[in-house]
Amino acid sequence: MPEVRIVNVTKKYGNLYALDNVSLTIQDQEYFSLLGPSGCGKTTLLRLIAGLIEPTSGEIYIGDRRVDKVPPEDRDIGFVFQTFALFPHMTAWSNVLYGPKVKNYDAKQSETIGHEVLELVKLNERLNAYPSELSGGMMQRIAVARALAAGAKTLLLDEPLGQLDAKVRNEIRYEIRRMAKDLKLTAIHVTHDQAEAMSISDRIAVMKKGKVVQIGTPQELYMHPNSLFVAHFIGESNFLEGYITEVNDAYSEIELRQGLRIKALNPRDIKKEERVVLAIRPETCEMKRGHIKAENALFGQVDKTTFEGTIVRYEIRLDNGDRFVINRPSLTEQWINVGDEVTITYPLDKAHLFPYPEAGLTEEISV
Amino acid sequence: MLSKLWNTLNTLSAKKPLKYTLYLSAIIIFFAIILIPPIIGILIKAGSLQAVFGQPELMNAALGAISNSFIIGLVVAALDLIAGLPLAWIISRGKSRWLSVLDTFADIPFVVPTAALGYSLLLFWSSSGGLSDLFGSTLVSPGWLLVMLLHFTFSYPVVVRVIVGAMLDYKMEYERASRTLGAPPLTAARTVTFPIIKPSLIAAFSLAFARSLSETGATFIVAGAFQNGPVFLQNLSNAFKNGSLTQAQYEGATVFASLILIVVSLTIFAIIRVLGQRIKLPFGHGLPIFEKKLSYAKAAWSRNSITLFVFLVIVLIPSLFVALPAFQAVATGTTFVEAFTGSGIWASYWQSLLLSYGLAAIVTVLGIILGIPIAILIARKTFGKLPSAIIDTLINVPIIVPSIALGLSLRFFWQGIPGIPDFALLVFAHLAITYPYFVRSMSAAMERINIDMEEAAKTLGAKPFTLFRTIVLPLTKYSILSGAIIVFTRSVSETGATLAVTSTLQTAPVLVVNWVNSLRGISPIAGVNALTVGLACGLLILFSFIILLVLRLLTRKGKV
Ligand SMILES: Nc1ncnc2c1ncn2[C@@H]1O[C@H](COP(=O)(O)OP(=O)(O)O)[C@@H](O)[C@H]1O
Ligand SMILES: [Mg+2]
Repeated sequence: MPEVRIVNVTKKYGNLYALDNVSLTIQDQEYFSLLGPSGCGKTTLLRLIAGLIEPTSGEIYIGDRRVDKVPPEDRDIGFVFQTFALFPHMTAWSNVLYGPKVKNYDAKQSETIGHEVLELVKLNERLNAYPSELSGGMMQRIAVARALAAGAKTLLLDEPLGQLDAKVRNEIRYEIRRMAKDLKLTAIHVTHDQAEAMSISDRIAVMKKGKVVQIGTPQELYMHPNSLFVAHFIGESNFLEGYITEVNDAYSEIELRQGLRIKALNPRDIKKEERVVLAIRPETCEMKRGHIKAENALFGQVDKTTFEGTIVRYEIRLDNGDRFVINRPSLTEQWINVGDEVTITYPLDKAHLFPYPEAGLTEEISV
Repeated sequence: MLSKLWNTLNTLSAKKPLKYTLYLSAIIIFFAIILIPPIIGILIKAGSLQAVFGQPELMNAALGAISNSFIIGLVVAALDLIAGLPLAWIISRGKSRWLSVLDTFADIPFVVPTAALGYSLLLFWSSSGGLSDLFGSTLVSPGWLLVMLLHFTFSYPVVVRVIVGAMLDYKMEYERASRTLGAPPLTAARTVTFPIIKPSLIAAFSLAFARSLSETGATFIVAGAFQNGPVFLQNLSNAFKNGSLTQAQYEGATVFASLILIVVSLTIFAIIRVLGQRIKLPFGHGLPIFEKKLSYAKAAWSRNSITLFVFLVIVLIPSLFVALPAFQAVATGTTFVEAFTGSGIWASYWQSLLLSYGLAAIVTVLGIILGIPIAILIARKTFGKLPSAIIDTLINVPIIVPSIALGLSLRFFWQGIPGIPDFALLVFAHLAITYPYFVRSMSAAMERINIDMEEAAKTLGAKPFTLFRTIVLPLTKYSILSGAIIVFTRSVSETGATLAVTSTLQTAPVLVVNWVNSLRGISPIAGVNALTVGLACGLLILFSFIILLVLRLLTRKGKV
């Protein structure tokens, strides 16, 4: 139930900064996700909060209490491990009762708690089975039940759905959120799957190479990415490189390769002649067959189409040589064929302008 | 040339009858040479038991000595676990770079031949010039306490090694989970970690127990008037040689003691095997509160200090104490020069070293050749589940049978067939004692290989032999190596069976026992004095240490 506060936390392994001066606050009862590519430090941060490892420097607060020196058993946290870590020598039921027993509750009290949490995770069969005999989904529920039974106030979940197959995963993720909300827990959920994070989180921290890049609600991250990395990692983006040729009050003009000029909003006040990257999401564009004269249009030819169920994905070679992807609904629109000439338009406010990254575009969006 | 050989072997290996012939011969050799003689030999001689039944003193002495063996074995194995767990914990969990040094040191008493170890302990604990000097009197005189100390010293490293291995394989996630559920470190260890690695704890206990039951040479050195089973048997043999026992009495008492040793050992191990799986410690309501107090700061610090102190003062320093007279011998010069020119009694020293290392090499090679097919049988269940389980159980018998009893039985067995040289008996005895260690480590390694990998190779067209050469061998080569190390060091260390099968061939540890006896006035040898014995033991330890370092270097490469 408490607020979790990370202040200037750094964790080094040898010379490697697994976490580099990270600060963030997770609000009381919030369902919060740490999202980022593999190796960016998510697990490290979660383990620091749990007390399984110690920070190299910085402070961690849970509620009003500074906990850097508090051992994990005294932090009132529950941790759900990626591999579940169910004790193999105990039955499912004994696993659930482990926390209450360690905390010295008497047998009756422990069992009451056990039944309560099992009710919550909707599991009341096969309790005498050993973990190796359970399905992935069951193991996952037992792991959550076990953490809840121990009286967790903060629930830490390290890729809790990673071991499950797609269908079970989609069912369980909402259940975990519901339980956390019902019990008024603060939940921190680690995942590398942006769709998962977007669908269940109140807020998300996007991480990259030991740093937090952006914190916001799923909508904020999608609508207003603060960097090329986030634009690339959350959803999908087309990146067009160019130079600013004109800046005025309403918009800026950008010259792309081969002198093609288009417009975009410039909220960051990037100066004239600076090198920039324009990020446009594939699902925001309009596309029409043929060369149609229009304001702010891109012209090209369809190279490849892929039917992906609900959408059709078009890969287009623009006339200036850049590549561009567009997603369109597959049922409500007429498909366009490979080889067709097309005209692409986009709303000005849906194109995001960024300064060209110092390390290069590929490096910036590499995971 | 080589590829031609591979081709031939491949074609041959693909032929079913040939494959089964190979496995069957391995099984037959296992039964005929390794398993049967060490047990049947005693039974052949069962008739001689008549001679002891009329001799209550002899029988009582035998029974007393044997019960000493089991009491000491069980107590020492239990102490090993208690003292070994914390050290294994420090080695496997600690972060300090000194740990790998500690780790290497923990192996020393394991590779040092026990006879040298026994003499070293004798010097440390009970001679003037050792620790006793500080106290003005003999601190621990030869007897049961010194025997316990000795057995603790040489079995401790085995226990630590087994537990460290288990802890490194253990998934830390379980313990972390336990901590996040509210368990303080000690509770997490007791309720989660130890139960999960329980099979290894049982294995460690059994190994320590078996080693204690078997050790003969060093025990003989430090026992004084005290007798356990092996010492009793050795005393019988000495008494027979100097004429105070008749042939019938000697054989009767020997068969009597050996038989009981064998039967009781097998029974105890069977009990450990069956009960070990079942034993479950209660959760211990209320214990976590107490454990929490012991988990942190001062308590943890003192626990670690006591552990390191025990390791240093009871295990390491006594083991290496013989270096002192060895350095003296080097300093005085003449003994040193004599030793290296091989003059006088030193000729026999170098011969015995040569015999020991040569024997160990032969036994190691034979062990690998005969062991690999059996290991495959066990791991891959070639003949089905049951046969593989049976062989897996039987393979332990030669470790469990106290080695002097095994040696005696082996001698009685082969006596019936004339013309077998002592050296062959020596090879058979050492092979029987060391073989199980190799098969164990090899079959465990094979079980770790993902079967998918072998099947993938098969679908890619690999014939059985190619499969073995290109998949199994590379993946198990370090287990083969470490199995070979154990075989080699155990063979060099072995005294009980050696003394039992031959009185003409003198291996290095047997020579050490004889020299120490000479020092103590039992059958004196001209030219043996404290300096020579010290140097002899010191050199033996040094060579073992060099071998240990070389092998460590070899095996370390495999871990990258
Ligand atoms: N115990 C460790 N020792 C050394 N490096 C580590 C250790 N744990 C994690 N790392 C490194 O720290 C970085 C972050 O790891 P982690 O937090 O596990 O990433 P994530 O969970 O986001 O995939 C990685 O580069 C990883 O290799
Ligand atoms: Mg991770």
